[in-house]
Amino acid sequence: MRIEERFVNATVLVGLLGVPLWALMIEEPFTITLATRAVILALAAVGLNVILGVGGLVSFGHAIFFGIGGYAMGILAFHAQTYSELDLGLFSTSGTNSMPVIWLVAMGFSAFSAFLIGLLTLRTSGVYFIMITLAFGQMFYYFAISWPSYGGEDGLSIYVRNDFPGLNTLVPFQFFALCFVILCVVLFIYARLQASPFGLALNSARQSRARAETVGLDPMRIRLLAFVISGAITGLAGALFADLNRFVSPTMFSWQLSGELIVLIIIGGVGRLMGPVIGACLFVALEHFLGGFTEFWHVFLGLILLAIVLFARGGVIGLLTGKEGAHV
Amino acid sequence: MSAILIIEQILNGLQFGVMLFLMAAGLTLIFGVMGLINLAHGSLYMVGAFAAAAVAGWTGSFLLGLAAALAAAALAGAIIEMVVIRRLYSAAHLDQVLATFALILIFSEGTRWVFGSFPLFLDIPEALSGPVTLPGGIQYPLYRLALIAIGLAVAVGLWALIERTRIGIQIRAGENDREMIGALGVDISKLYTLVFALGAGLAGLSGALVGAIQSVQVGMGEPVLILAFVVIVIGGIGSIRGAFVGALLVGLTDTLGGVFLPELFAVFMETSAAQKSGSALASMSIYILMGLVLIWRPTGLFGARI
Repeated sequence: MRIEERFVNATVLVGLLGVPLWALMIEEPFTITLATRAVILALAAVGLNVILGVGGLVSFGHAIFFGIGGYAMGILAFHAQTYSELDLGLFSTSGTNSMPVIWLVAMGFSAFSAFLIGLLTLRTSGVYFIMITLAFGQMFYYFAISWPSYGGEDGLSIYVRNDFPGLNTLVPFQFFALCFVILCVVLFIYARLQASPFGLALNSARQSRARAETVGLDPMRIRLLAFVISGAITGLAGALFADLNRFVSPTMFSWQLSGELIVLIIIGGVGRLMGPVIGACLFVALEHFLGGFTEFWHVFLGLILLAIVLFARGGVIGLLTGKEGAHV
Repeated sequence: MSAILIIEQILNGLQFGVMLFLMAAGLTLIFGVMGLINLAHGSLYMVGAFAAAAVAGWTGSFLLGLAAALAAAALAGAIIEMVVIRRLYSAAHLDQVLATFALILIFSEGTRWVFGSFPLFLDIPEALSGPVTLPGGIQYPLYRLALIAIGLAVAVGLWALIERTRIGIQIRAGENDREMIGALGVDISKLYTLVFALGAGLAGLSGALVGAIQSVQVGMGEPVLILAFVVIVIGGIGSIRGAFVGALLVGLTDTLGGVFLPELFAVFMETSAAQKSGSALASMSIYILMGLVLIWRPTGLFGARI
């Protein structure tokens, strides 16, 4: 059976909106929180999908940007919460509780560190790129642990969720809706980006670096820009994730998280618009149901992943539409 | 800061380095011969440590524990090679990453299932416990000295195996041209299983040896795995010599950085601030080392030039 990819995509979005609406009606706020978690993880994976799916570079360090986004929220809200000054040398600020400001800061810092890391790591490709991004991720993780000013290993708790003008973000459904709208906007940008000259150039650099160079493209610059965009989106997701939990800790930088983001994309389908979204929904559902069934649900997750790699290349979307995904 | 302290820390760094070498050698061999990136190498390290702790606990013999670690890790390696890894040699790196990531999940949670979440303890054998006095009056734990000796012995043994034996010739030939040695009548799939089991055995051995100075617990393998990646990125993927040099560099940088950077910072800062920024910088030092090597030589110190 072959199903149109567009039809699959629409069904997923409707389903993702429908489940929390249904939960709202039967008053099950926990389900809404689960859906919010899925939306935010999906957003982080959409960011990774830019460099991994379209660019063909397997970044095993995207938790860096997730963590930076999380700590951007944590640090700004911490100073606002404790009425303390954050001294940055040139100027000082007393933090903020405003989500839009936090998002800008999160995206800015993520993009900037993606630029620096990209300058170094994009000199390499293939296995080197995988290992080096993994190692840089570990560097940020250990830095977060050994830097005591913001909680060190214990992390930072933020007592009240940050504000968004016109919304009460502490109401689960309102926060979900906010995250859902952001996901839709980013998906739209992703789709436009993929079809733009930049997206095509990135795609061609993945398929054949030599040919891309022959027609006058500069793969390094294209990939660096893609890495920066990718990092910024994942950073935004990190800020939202921190706000969802009202807690940041070094585990947001952990290599497991980088691995899980890759897993989300592969479950759904590499390089597909909705691949990360489907992956995130399935992942959160598995985590919830298998996790309720057995404490050792990761064993089953591992077996499912093995089955996908060995038998179902192209992920869920590949299975449904009968097409394999982009070859990385 | 005395000379004794410096020598002690250099020995600690060497000990850490040779243990990293045991991990990195297997990884780099597997990549060099089969072109496979194996994230589950850390799980084999953990398997070795758990096998050693369990067997040493039952029998009371550390040596039997070490033998069990080698055997269990090599066997686990051979099994996963034949069941899973074999299907991945021609697959994309992304598939290899994902499948071996899945193996980590299965191994870690499976071990937790069998042994529980509490760490096990592996005692240092009686004959190797306690300090020895080195020339110059330095007291140093005998067990750590033994680790350095074992690590160096394995390095020499590995060099002899690869440079001086028939299997070594086949391994080197396999790195250069796998179709050709297949055509010459070498059973490639058997050779691949052997190389994988060899790498796994080395990982298991280092897990058991290190397990006696740290605790044996689920998740102990992955931090070491990532350090081993740093080692082979610095040394050059596929090069055993690179893995050796890289492992010692990383071991020494990490150990000496952790001790001396805070003291160095204290020269021009107040003590508490120096402690903070020194230890934060020290935790990043090996990655900074890796970055510097990459700027200088993107394929590592002993890697093939592109």
